[in-house]
Amino acid sequence: MSASVRPVQLFRNLNAKIAAIPMILTALVIFVGCSFWTIFYSFTNSKLLPKLKFVGIDQYERLWASNRWLISIENLAIYGFCTLVFSLLIGFLLAALLDQKIRFENTFRSILLYPFALSFIVTGLVWQWVLNPQFGIQKIVRDLGFESFTFDPLYNPDIVIYGVLIAGLWQGTGLIMCLMLAGIRGIDQEIWKAARIDGIKTWKTYVFIVIPMMRPIFITSLVIIASQIVRVYDLVVAQTGGGPGIASEVPAKYVYDFLFLNQNLGQGFAASTMMLVTVAIVIVPWAYLEFGRRKHG
Amino acid sequence: MADGTLSPAPGAAAEPLREPRGPKPRKRFSRRNIFIYGTLIFVSAYYLLPLYVMVATSLKGMPEIRIGNIFAPPLEITFQPWVKAWSEACTGLNCDGLSRGFWNSVRITVPSVLISIVVASINGYALANWRFKGADIFFTILIVGAFIPYQVMIYPIVIVLREIGLYGSVWGLVIVHTIFGMPILTLLFRNYFTSIPEELFRAARVDGAGFWGIYFKIMLPMALPIFVVAIILQVTGIWNDFLFGVIYTKPDTYPMTVQLNNIVNSVQGVKEYNVNMAATILTGLVPLVIYFVSGKLFVRGIAEGAVKG
Amino acid sequence: MESVSIKDVSLSFGPIEVLKTLNLDVRDGEFIVLLGPSGCGKSTLLNCIAGLLDVSDGQIFIKGKNVTWEEPKDRGIGMVFQSYALYPQMTVEGNLSFGLKNQGMARADIARRIARAAEILQIEPLLKRKPGQLSGGQRQRVAIGRALVRDVDVFLFDEPLSNLDAKLRSELRVEIKRLHQQLENTMIYVTHDQIEALTLADRIAVMKSGVIQQLDDPLTIYNKPANLFVAGFIGSPSMNFFNGRVDGTGTSAWFETATMRLPLTNYRPDGTLVPGRDVILGVRPEQIRINDPDADAGLTVDAVVDVEEPMGADSLVWVKVDGQALSVRTEAGTRFNPGDPVKITFNLALASIFDAQLETRI
Repeated sequence: MSASVRPVQLFRNLNAKIAAIPMILTALVIFVGCSFWTIFYSFTNSKLLPKLKFVGIDQYERLWASNRWLISIENLAIYGFCTLVFSLLIGFLLAALLDQKIRFENTFRSILLYPFALSFIVTGLVWQWVLNPQFGIQKIVRDLGFESFTFDPLYNPDIVIYGVLIAGLWQGTGLIMCLMLAGIRGIDQEIWKAARIDGIKTWKTYVFIVIPMMRPIFITSLVIIASQIVRVYDLVVAQTGGGPGIASEVPAKYVYDFLFLNQNLGQGFAASTMMLVTVAIVIVPWAYLEFGRRKHG
Repeated sequence: MADGTLSPAPGAAAEPLREPRGPKPRKRFSRRNIFIYGTLIFVSAYYLLPLYVMVATSLKGMPEIRIGNIFAPPLEITFQPWVKAWSEACTGLNCDGLSRGFWNSVRITVPSVLISIVVASINGYALANWRFKGADIFFTILIVGAFIPYQVMIYPIVIVLREIGLYGSVWGLVIVHTIFGMPILTLLFRNYFTSIPEELFRAARVDGAGFWGIYFKIMLPMALPIFVVAIILQVTGIWNDFLFGVIYTKPDTYPMTVQLNNIVNSVQGVKEYNVNMAATILTGLVPLVIYFVSGKLFVRGIAEGAVKG
Repeated sequence: MESVSIKDVSLSFGPIEVLKTLNLDVRDGEFIVLLGPSGCGKSTLLNCIAGLLDVSDGQIFIKGKNVTWEEPKDRGIGMVFQSYALYPQMTVEGNLSFGLKNQGMARADIARRIARAAEILQIEPLLKRKPGQLSGGQRQRVAIGRALVRDVDVFLFDEPLSNLDAKLRSELRVEIKRLHQQLENTMIYVTHDQIEALTLADRIAVMKSGVIQQLDDPLTIYNKPANLFVAGFIGSPSMNFFNGRVDGTGTSAWFETATMRLPLTNYRPDGTLVPGRDVILGVRPEQIRINDPDADAGLTVDAVVDVEEPMGADSLVWVKVDGQALSVRTEAGTRFNPGDPVKITFNLALASIFDAQLETRI
């Protein structure tokens, strides 16, 4: 063979490019294309079918005037805030307990994590049953003689979202605990030796040394929890169906109902666009801090 | 004690204290241990409670449920609710129980898991070892896309599936699962293949192996653990899916979760709590079995999978 | 004839220039060592020769054939990696045969090649084992075998001994040298270990920031470093440096600092010593003697012992001359105590003088 021929740029690594076609299609058509399509059509008055009749921000005005949407947002805020705080807190405390060189660590971990294997549907239905006032805790306490005792979170519009929260935490804290445990274990063991020689108390070591060193794990957990919160849908559908009334509605359910049940596509698109905006508010600053800073550093 | 011997001072001989020697004595029931184990046992009991309630309820007859409370153990064990949940419970007009949903879920899960993993593993391999121009851009879009709420994309996908004639079919749902599984799986495989020393890849290229040769002969045999992790991740995820199932399939192809919800939350008729709980356990059984069988791998799977939601 | 020829090769990753219009001709059967600190581009250059990295500009010829755009497998090279890069799921035999199978070679030929390589490297008993069951030294032997079976003209070694412990490293070093004497093919060897470079190489190319600083046989590199970088990089402990000025010309030139004045009568400059020029004088630790009774008084200065490091075969004495620390290699046996006043004598015939601005040898 004589001097080799410069290969055509397009055909270099051709196999790799062919292999990447599904990824390229997904990225462009689904993630970029479909998202923009939805945002685009959120400015139309599409009802049963998507129509290109633009109505400006009408859909958004209607959305923010809707009581149901406001309740959805409020519920999401309460549920989100509590989930964040309690998942991180409980997850870390449980991880710290499991980290004490205890016996049966695997058994305990298996028990605390198994709910995570269950779907939100199963979780919701189980807790719908456990929190049932007719046969559950309320009945037991009343049978003991406290006739006026009430514990019916799923039937009380004021606290129903906390009923959902109990179920959500039961399902999800195991995961956070596992992440935290991995984070604690990932810390250089010599830190512990140094702390011991310096005579620092265990809890102080956790609070002042371990937690600051686990910043990346906390951020990762935060992002995971946050991105799951926004999507919370199955749990509410299974546990309360949005009720009583509309007391436990969430944005994801609002979107689904308007797209597939109420045949009011424009309203659904507007609501889902608002969800996207919410996620962006959480993710963009994080991405900026995580990746933007690294580039300059 | 610079001289190394620990002979007690003459005046202190009366003290009966044993001089420290050998292992330090430890109290088995120290306050610390009681606190730690006490807390863990209490929390574990709380976490196990719903499982117990589910099982107990599913083994009771309806009269027993009405008079007792949900925490009472079953007095007369009956498997009738399980039989009914599996083969007789009604959703709408169908009265053939959860078995239909179970088989639908199998028909959905198996191809979804296979296809999504094949696609993502090749993808991850291409990204890790054959960095071509523009690959990083698409990969970034993919990862950022993983954070977009599904609600934003579900409707346009309905249109796309309808256009290609797959809306409402199992295969349409398989495509959807492949798409939404792609970010996390691609990341998983890319990271794994990146962790394999690049010199191995280079050695294989010097040895004349091409894209597929290196994938099948070098990378695939080395990646078996990560495939197991991916399979666990996907089987659990797809089996537990509700949203995509309810949107992209029709009543007779509904996966188990959707059917379960329809059985339990249907408004007609008398609520049969024992049947509902039996159905709930049945639906949760597949991921639970995978969880308890795979143990550490499952933990690893979700830990790695969770790193990017 | 040139075995490997690199012509004006450049490589940039974005704004970073890793190789800068680099030229290198490797003679047939020659053992070339690319030596330099990490990040100097030596491994990058090797990967370019192998075809594992695309060059930004320039050409690479192997055996007279332009292989700049060829795939690695078509270049007639074999490569040995630092981490061995053995395929973990294949047996040793599988590792050795993988490349040959990819070429579509007949089974009998493959078996013959493997048998020969195994014999040369004495790894016959290991053929059925997996890499995980081998020791570091055995793995590296198999890795060399994988290059050997390809029956190629050019061997590329990418820091092959870095992952081994000190004892194994010196053993395998000898084996690689023996292998080269036996096979007589071209070898290009990347390392940051100067002992490996000095012991193995026919010629050493010392690299820094993507540029070859000096290409010469090991003794020339050691004794006549082309510039300050090479002088400082080669040799352990490092060469002693003094900043000063040239006074006088030719054989009556002097090297002058604030407190020292040394005659350069014995120094053979490459260029000319310009009077008044700022220069740096470099003297290796073994070119300085301590308390030598026969010393030339003009080349002797007063010093104070700082630290002594006995090394068995010889001793290293750190002394201070006007506050500047310098190392002196002495015979083992004589002991010095910190603070001892001593007289040290320079052998300037084997010293180096560098231009203070250009840092090149004069």
